[in-house]
Amino acid sequence: MILGQKQLDKIDDVLKENLIGSGVQSVMLIDTAGNVIASINNGNETVDLYSLAALAAANFGAMSCMAKIVGEDEFSLLFHKGEKENIYFCKVNEELLLVNIFNNQISLGFLRLKMSKVVEELVELLAL
Amino acid sequence: MAFINLKDKVIQAKIVYYGPGRCGKTTNLEYIYDKCRLQINSEMVTVKTQGDRTLFFDFFPFDMGKISGYDVKIQLYTVPGQVKYNSTRRLVLKGVDGVVFVADSAADRRNKNIISIKNLEENLKLYNKNIRDIPLVIQYNKRDLAKEGIEILDVETLENDLNAELKVPSFEASAVEGDNVILTLKKIIYDTMSSLEKQLKQEP
Repeated sequence: MILGQKQLDKIDDVLKENLIGSGVQSVMLIDTAGNVIASINNGNETVDLYSLAALAAANFGAMSCMAKIVGEDEFSLLFHKGEKENIYFCKVNEELLLVNIFNNQISLGFLRLKMSKVVEELVELLAL
Repeated sequence: MAFINLKDKVIQAKIVYYGPGRCGKTTNLEYIYDKCRLQINSEMVTVKTQGDRTLFFDFFPFDMGKISGYDVKIQLYTVPGQVKYNSTRRLVLKGVDGVVFVADSAADRRNKNIISIKNLEENLKLYNKNIRDIPLVIQYNKRDLAKEGIEILDVETLENDLNAELKVPSFEASAVEGDNVILTLKKIIYDTMSSLEKQLKQEP
């Protein structure tokens, strides 16, 4: 997969404006093979992106297989809650996933609303 | 398929170590991790069972430095070798750009090697990849067992079993002692990068 500079700049803008601007600490666009396509954070996060991407892609793949075993196409909500940090995964299309790290100052409902807007914008951008 | 970021000038390619259970895939990665720390800016991720067997994969990104102005990051993965973990093996193979097949030289593991390479062929097919086209290197691991008096297969037998038709580069190795571990890695990285370059030239 090859994405041009303009597309990547626009992806960064969409993620920054909608997610980092809303209080998400770190957001990463990855593909289902575990490659990091874009990543933005609020300047305070120092997570190991490449390891997180590999594990997130594997986790998403495992969840999809589990969904099929119980007769679902997929699980629409993939959310891991920690004491201070939480992770929310969201599918953009068949190839791409968004991984958000956020703290307890943002509600999951608000984040999901923001995410649906981001996914719509990303799908449009990637179709260009 | 590898991901190429034209903005940050980064190429990410995925190389997977495949092979039967207990053949030494994780030991290969552990050796590389230990010897090439300067090129690895990350902890090694291992998802294993309580009994220390790989459950999902081992992983770390390997920094190759700049090639033609691009930062090349090779993502090294292993798969779980045990037969029962085929669904997780398939997941790890997604988007693979190059494969190292690690064969166990011990005589009593002969059949396991053959089953595993057939399983690799089948799993690659699920992603529309052909074992004959993908960059592949075979490593005949555990050559050191002979020193301990354990019967090992000779290289001709292993070649006949696993490489007669494929005719890919192969190396005798000992992951525990580090023999030819880096050579295997260098060869698969070289072949994977050459293959990516070829694919890029074919892109419209």
